[in-house]
Amino acid sequence: MEITAKTAQELRLTAEEFELIKQKLGRTPNFTELCAFSGMWSEHCSYKNSIRWLKTLPRSGGRMLVEAGEENAGLMDIGNGFGVVFKIESHNHPSAIEPFQGAATGVGGIQRDIFTMGARPIASLNSLRFGNIKDKKTQRLLSGVVKGIGHYGNCFGVPTVGGEVYFEEGYHTNPLVNAMSVGIVQAGKTVSATAEGIGNPVFFVGSATGKDGIGGASFASANITAESTEELPAVQVGDPFQEKKLLEACLEVIETGAVVGMQDMGAAGIICSTAEMSAKGKSGMHIDLDKVPTRQKNMKAWELLLSESQERMLIVVEKGKEAAVLKVFEKWDLPCSEIGHVTGDGLLKFYMHGELEAEIPAYELVLGGGAPQYTREYAAPDYLDNIAAFSQDSIEDIADTAALKAVAEQVIQIPNIASKKWITVQYDSTVGAANASTNAPSDAAIVLAKGTGKALAVTTDCNSRYVYANPHKGAMIAVAEAARNIVCSGGEPIGVTNCLNFGNPYNPGVYYQFVQAVNGMGEACRKFNTPVTGGNVSFYNQNPEGAVYPTPTIGMVGILDDFGTRTTLDYKETGDVILLIGEQQNDIASSEYLHKIKGVEFSPAPHFELDEEFAVQKFVTSIIKEQLIKSAHDISEGGLIVTLIEKGFHRGLGFDVAADAGIRLDAYWLGEAQSRVVVTATKEQAEAIKHKGASNHIPVTVLGTVTSGGVTVNGEGWGAISEWKDKYDNAIGNLLKASAGEIIEMGADMEPMELN
Amino acid sequence: MTYNIQIKVMPLKDLLDPQGKAVLGGLQNLGLTGVADVRIGKHITLQIDAESKEYAKQIAEEASKKLLANPVMEFFEIEMVD
Amino acid sequence: MKYGVVVFPGSNCDRDAQYALAEDMGKEVIMLWHKDKDLGMFTTDDCIILPGGFSYGDYLRCGAIARFSPMMQSVIEFANKGGKVLGVCNGFQILCESGLLPGVLLNNAHQQFVCNNVFIKTNNGEPLKIPIAHGDGRFFAEDHILDELEANNQVIFKYCDALGNIGTAFNPNGAVRNIAGIKNKNGNVFGMMPHPERATSAALSNTDGKKVFDILGLN
Repeated sequence: MEITAKTAQELRLTAEEFELIKQKLGRTPNFTELCAFSGMWSEHCSYKNSIRWLKTLPRSGGRMLVEAGEENAGLMDIGNGFGVVFKIESHNHPSAIEPFQGAATGVGGIQRDIFTMGARPIASLNSLRFGNIKDKKTQRLLSGVVKGIGHYGNCFGVPTVGGEVYFEEGYHTNPLVNAMSVGIVQAGKTVSATAEGIGNPVFFVGSATGKDGIGGASFASANITAESTEELPAVQVGDPFQEKKLLEACLEVIETGAVVGMQDMGAAGIICSTAEMSAKGKSGMHIDLDKVPTRQKNMKAWELLLSESQERMLIVVEKGKEAAVLKVFEKWDLPCSEIGHVTGDGLLKFYMHGELEAEIPAYELVLGGGAPQYTREYAAPDYLDNIAAFSQDSIEDIADTAALKAVAEQVIQIPNIASKKWITVQYDSTVGAANASTNAPSDAAIVLAKGTGKALAVTTDCNSRYVYANPHKGAMIAVAEAARNIVCSGGEPIGVTNCLNFGNPYNPGVYYQFVQAVNGMGEACRKFNTPVTGGNVSFYNQNPEGAVYPTPTIGMVGILDDFGTRTTLDYKETGDVILLIGEQQNDIASSEYLHKIKGVEFSPAPHFELDEEFAVQKFVTSIIKEQLIKSAHDISEGGLIVTLIEKGFHRGLGFDVAADAGIRLDAYWLGEAQSRVVVTATKEQAEAIKHKGASNHIPVTVLGTVTSGGVTVNGEGWGAISEWKDKYDNAIGNLLKASAGEIIEMGADMEPMELN
Repeated sequence: MTYNIQIKVMPLKDLLDPQGKAVLGGLQNLGLTGVADVRIGKHITLQIDAESKEYAKQIAEEASKKLLANPVMEFFEIEMVD
Repeated sequence: MKYGVVVFPGSNCDRDAQYALAEDMGKEVIMLWHKDKDLGMFTTDDCIILPGGFSYGDYLRCGAIARFSPMMQSVIEFANKGGKVLGVCNGFQILCESGLLPGVLLNNAHQQFVCNNVFIKTNNGEPLKIPIAHGDGRFFAEDHILDELEANNQVIFKYCDALGNIGTAFNPNGAVRNIAGIKNKNGNVFGMMPHPERATSAALSNTDGKKVFDILGLN
């Protein structure tokens, strides 16, 4: 077939990009080569529309052991000769098409990024966004995604220790599924994604390759017939059992000392791992595609290069040590084939039936090499005018404490606030016997890093409505909240992985959100000394009706050098003093109360000042270190009243508090101003905290005391904490049950969407 | 008239079937090395009250398309028993 | 007492069992590969653990493929000689598939995987808080077998609440007669769905799992 700019366009390469490819090769590429560029210069692999801005983020320093983007995941020093490896990644589009397998393979993909570096995953988290929970389609997606995450994670055997779930109309067509994994590696046992040493053999390990995930390229192929489209699986099926074996075998094979480099095969499959490993090792590869085990017959070269079949690894082995490697994979009953060797000319040469099918300089394919980098146009979107026009004076304040009680009952049952137990019980959160939060909850999940003498505090955070209202400030808040959660758990935040979920980058308003959010994120990460170790960008979360809320999810890892600083969130004893650290603000902007109860779509991001936040966190850290508090829980969605109620659940203790600030009642109890933490302490400790706060210019307010179970606000009895817990625990289950009478149709109600 | 209908739901021909693959390994470990491939699906029986055989089949088709099989991953075959 | 922990492909609680026994309880633990057969290092006073997880992906039926592994043939022999065997979760399923214990573990009544703390107790014991994590934990056997199990005191644990009240309200999977664990007639083979190895450490704020080993005479 003749290769033209039109072929390139069908492969989602622009005419300019096609010219660039011709220039780089000094000739017109053949179809296989063009497919290779199409995969490698896709948004997913090349970050072409985002990398310029991502480079402005703090990408080194602190405890970082490799610079961002250098390896499959971030690697940071946790001391005692160990490192933590972590990353978050999206699987939004596959999950929209087939929620169960889409989410499952998302979990599988992120685990491979961790163990390909030689680390054993010890904790998973996930950050999910869906449309209105009352909607049938959302329920089908929710049920499928949760089952898929559980199916893969539970079988693979890594505990799901945390995450977040939000329901907002804007995600109706484009749900977000972001999965994060955290692993531990011993210093000196890490493996790099590199191909070095001319003549070293290249091994292909794991599942056989099928025509999975190559739909886009297939339709551009002139050879496609109506019959052959039916052979193309629209979804990739994950096999957690295979991946579990792959994990154990890969960690074992590293012990042999024979591994030069290793990379998993994810997006853009073989072409991506061969190109990235070669480019990193400043080498090339000679690959015989005939030797790749296949699941389907008569696969073409380009199909083999682009296939995204799951549970596969590429390993470069030191020549002469092949037997040790083969022995390990044989032990685990995993197919392992030598498919080629490392060369010194920087060229990727793919052969099939003895013929050269493609010859491309590895460097030209990869990010940081020949892949293009763009800055798109951006302009403030119009809706920001609506946000600026909001005045909270237009909202009538809550009349009195009795009316407040009725509102509080509604607020704790908002799906974004209510217990996610219906979801989380479907995940194995205790395998590994290292989740210290199971019986002792805290703001971030605390996971023992067994054998290292350390514990980790991990969290994912992003309130995307704040980002929508103010992309710069909203992204700062996402970072600040993640850090605050770790600080309130007694940890020290050390690093960030980000998952940037946005709409179409060619839309100037969307790109404005992206640029502003990255700027805000960078500013906050520098302040908290939490470099961004890596992550993922997911554009095109958009449909004809618009883009999703801009959602720059922050995955943050913190460290507890001393488990003794671990701080839990729950009330401990009747009579303890409840104190607020930080300042109350006369602000209801972007609160769940304003949005869900009052129905106000446009309002600014809540109060947030970076320096103020930093000072509050430093103060909380110091009173934890001085053992002055018995619990800490930050104020987030739902405001102060929700924080106070949540603190009572674990031990069934209540509270007796009163307001004395001269601000709106709704702002005092339901406002979502940032930089506030509720702690409890003995009377003596409380005095010391007040004293310390005064000398450090940190506002400390005594709110009241812990009770044996009764809830009293401003002198009015609000019932027992157990009644509040019932409402909070059962809200989501009740919403799902109420509409479970009707059959949720599979595959129905599918809407076309742009694929990334 | 009540019609007995059997429906076979199988993973699409070229889709990875992890279950089939694992069972294949198990059979080979048992020494049944002649087994070359295993694919696992579901067998569903329906009793349908309908005026005619054609209408019963139509109902079965609809049931399969809408609920019993996920067209993204599975195909189905309907067999009328009587 | 020495412990052997069998590692099947897909086991994922093998390392937890090893850690709990060796680090939290100071026991000698030997890991056993499913393709091996040798149990020569154990006497019938020792204990073989079949850990939780998803052996062979739990495909076909939970435990169905693992039951035919070479090591399981040795474990069956070991059990028949009177050696102690404890199967936890997937291990319990394998014991039932292999016929060392009666009954079967069916898909949870609510058709969902469930991970939670539950309380379990022996006939006269105190309630113990132990985590569960399974999709197929609904113990089932025919009535005459159940009658026999109860008559012989072979039901080792039933689901209960924090105060020790046994009832379906505290039964997480619909198991018949609220059964969480059973033993064989000879009292040397034990199977249970809850995970005692996930509750043996003060850092996890739960050491009730150690009491399970005590109660079963496996400590």
